[in-house]
Amino acid sequence: MTPAMTLTAPEKTAATAAATVELRSLRRSFGATTALDGLDLTVRPGELLALLGPSGCGKTTALRMLAGFETPDSGEILVDGKDITGVPAHRRDAGMVFQSYSLFPHLDAVDNVAFGLRMRKVRTAERRARAAELLDLVGLADKGGRFPHQLSGGQQQRVALARALALRPRVLLLDEPLSALDAKVRLTLREEIRRLQQELGITTLFITHDQEEALSMADRVAVMRAGRLEQIATPAELYARPATAFVAEFVGTMSRIPGRLRPAGASGTSGAASVEVLGRRLLVDGTPPEAAGTADAEVDVLVRPESVQVAADDAGPARVLATSFLGATVRLTVALPDGTRVKADLPAHEAAALTAGAAVRLSLPDRPVLVAPRTA
Amino acid sequence: MARLTPTTAPWRVLVLAVAALYFLVPLAASVVFTVDVPGQGFTLDAYARILDTEGFLPSLLLSLELAAATVAVVLLLMVPATVALRLSAPKLRPVVEVVCSLPLVVPPIAFVASIGTVLKWGPEHLSRTPLFQTFVAVQNPGFPVVLVLAYAVMALPFAYRALDAGLRAVDVRTLVEAARSCGASMPYALLRAVLPNLRGALLNASFLTLALVLGEFTTAQLLGFRPFAVWIVNISGSQAQMSVAVSVMSLLVTWLLLLLLAGFGGRRTPSTTTDRK
Repeated sequence: MTPAMTLTAPEKTAATAAATVELRSLRRSFGATTALDGLDLTVRPGELLALLGPSGCGKTTALRMLAGFETPDSGEILVDGKDITGVPAHRRDAGMVFQSYSLFPHLDAVDNVAFGLRMRKVRTAERRARAAELLDLVGLADKGGRFPHQLSGGQQQRVALARALALRPRVLLLDEPLSALDAKVRLTLREEIRRLQQELGITTLFITHDQEEALSMADRVAVMRAGRLEQIATPAELYARPATAFVAEFVGTMSRIPGRLRPAGASGTSGAASVEVLGRRLLVDGTPPEAAGTADAEVDVLVRPESVQVAADDAGPARVLATSFLGATVRLTVALPDGTRVKADLPAHEAAALTAGAAVRLSLPDRPVLVAPRTA
Repeated sequence: MARLTPTTAPWRVLVLAVAALYFLVPLAASVVFTVDVPGQGFTLDAYARILDTEGFLPSLLLSLELAAATVAVVLLLMVPATVALRLSAPKLRPVVEVVCSLPLVVPPIAFVASIGTVLKWGPEHLSRTPLFQTFVAVQNPGFPVVLVLAYAVMALPFAYRALDAGLRAVDVRTLVEAARSCGASMPYALLRAVLPNLRGALLNASFLTLALVLGEFTTAQLLGFRPFAVWIVNISGSQAQMSVAVSVMSLLVTWLLLLLLAGFGGRRTPSTTTDRK
C-alpha cells in the first residue's frame, strides 16, 4: 500500500487551483432573528479560515449558505469571482463535514466515501479504488468494510472527511466537526485535518466556537458577532491586537482594570492618547473608544493574564482570591481594592508563596494597552 | 427475545410459559379439531376439501391483490408525506398525526355506511356524466378499487406510526444534506441516502397493512365483496371442521407472507444483520 502521505496526481492539480471564496454583504433573517446582517468575508486560495463566534452569531448560517443549504435574503457568494448564489447544493463544488455524525448508516466506510463518485457515475472498480485511497489518506485503510455503527466517533468523522474530499472539491466546509468528540481525539484529529488541508492545499472554511481550536489550526481567524464580521486576522494578531473589546474578550482570557483616559494632546502627554492605570501612565494601543472622547473619561484597560505582573507586597493594596495550578503556570485571581477581579498567570515557581489571602501589588509592563469603554 | 441463560430469572420463564399457553393452546386445539374427526381418526380430509370448495382460490387471490395494492398506495402516500414533514414542515406534524389517527376514532361501521351512501348517491346524480363509469369501475367485483381506498385510510394510523418511528431514528436532514454535498440531487438523495435507512420502518408499515387487509371483514362484507375473510365466514356455517381448517390455513398464509416480506426486506441490510456490539 502507498504510505499515507503520498498524493495522486489529480490531487496535486487540484492543489494548484485552489479557489477564492467571497461572501458579499450576506443577509438572512429567520422570522424576527437576524442570522446574518451584511456579512463580508473573503477566503484566500488554499487557506484554512476559521469562523469563530458564540453560538447564534450566524457562523453556521454563513457556512450553510456557502454549501447551498440556505439562500441569502440578499448579497452574493462568489467562488473565483463567479456568482454561485443560485446554484443548487449538489452542483456546488464543496465538500462538507457535519457536526453530527452524518455517515450513511446503510453503507460501509468504502461505500460512504464512494457515494459521491457513484453519483458521478464513476465505474465501480475505479470508485472503490479511489475510496480506498482516500481512506488510506485519513488513516483508516483497514476499516473500509466497517459500517458506521462499528466505528468510533473519531473514525466516523475521518470517514466523513474522506467522503467530503472524494469529489476533489474546490472548497472544504467543516461545520464544528470535532465538537462531538472527546478531548484527546479532538486534539489528534485537529492536527490531522490541518495536515491534510495543507497537503491538498484546499481552500477550507472551518466553523468553531472553540477559540483554542481556531487559533491552533487556522491560517486566519474571522470572529463573528451578531451576524457581522468583527475582525479577521492571523491567530497571533488576533490575540495580540484584537480590534474590538468583543474580540479581545472572546479570544483568550482578558481582565478589565479601571483606568482614566487622557486624550491625545492633553497636558503632560506626548501627542498620543494615554491612560492612567494602576498608578502609572501607559499609551493607548490603537484608537481610544469614541464614547470616551472627553478628557479624563473612565475606561477599562484590557489585559491578558500573562502580561499582568504580580509581586508579593505586605503593604500591597490587592489580595489574592484564588489560585489554580495549570502545570507550567499558576493562574491567580486577584481582587483590587475597588473589588475588580483580575486574572494573572505566573510561572509555577514564582507563585509558590502566593496563596489565597496574600497581599500583592499588581503592575503592567510598559507597553501600549487596549482600552474599552467602562462597562457598568 | 431474551436468551434463556442459567441466570434468567424464574419469573421470566413463568411469564413465557403462560403467554405460550395462552397463544398456543387454542391454536393446537383448532388443529386437533380439524385433523381428528370422531369415528375416523386422523385425517387431512378437511384441508383437502378446502381446495375443492367453490371460491377458495379466487377469494384468496383477491385478498392478496388487495393487500399488495393497499401496501403500495399507503407507502406511496405516506413515505413522501412523512419525509416532507421532517424536512420542511415539522410544525405540521401534530396536524398530520391527528388526521392519520382519525380512522381509529371513527367506528368502522360508520365508515362503511358512509362509503355505502356515497356509492349509492354517486351513480344517481352522476348518471349522465363520465363519472358514472368511474363509480362502476371502482366497484368492479373482480378488483374493487373502493376497498383499496378504504383499506388505505384504515391503515393510515399504523403506517404513520411505523414510519414516524423509523424517521425518528434517522437524522433525515443531515443525511439529505450530506448526500447533496456529495453531488446528489434532492430526489436522488432521498432515494439513496434516506430510503435505505427506512427499510425497517417500511417493512413494519407493510406488515401492519398486510395483516389489516387480510383480516378485514366488516367493510368488504357490507359493501358486498368477497375477499378471503368474507369467504371464510360464508362457508363456516355449513361445515364445522372445514371452517376451522380454513382459519388455521389463513393464519399460516399470513405468517408465511410476513416471513416472506421479512426475508425479502431483511436481505442486503448489513447494518441489521452484521453483529451489533
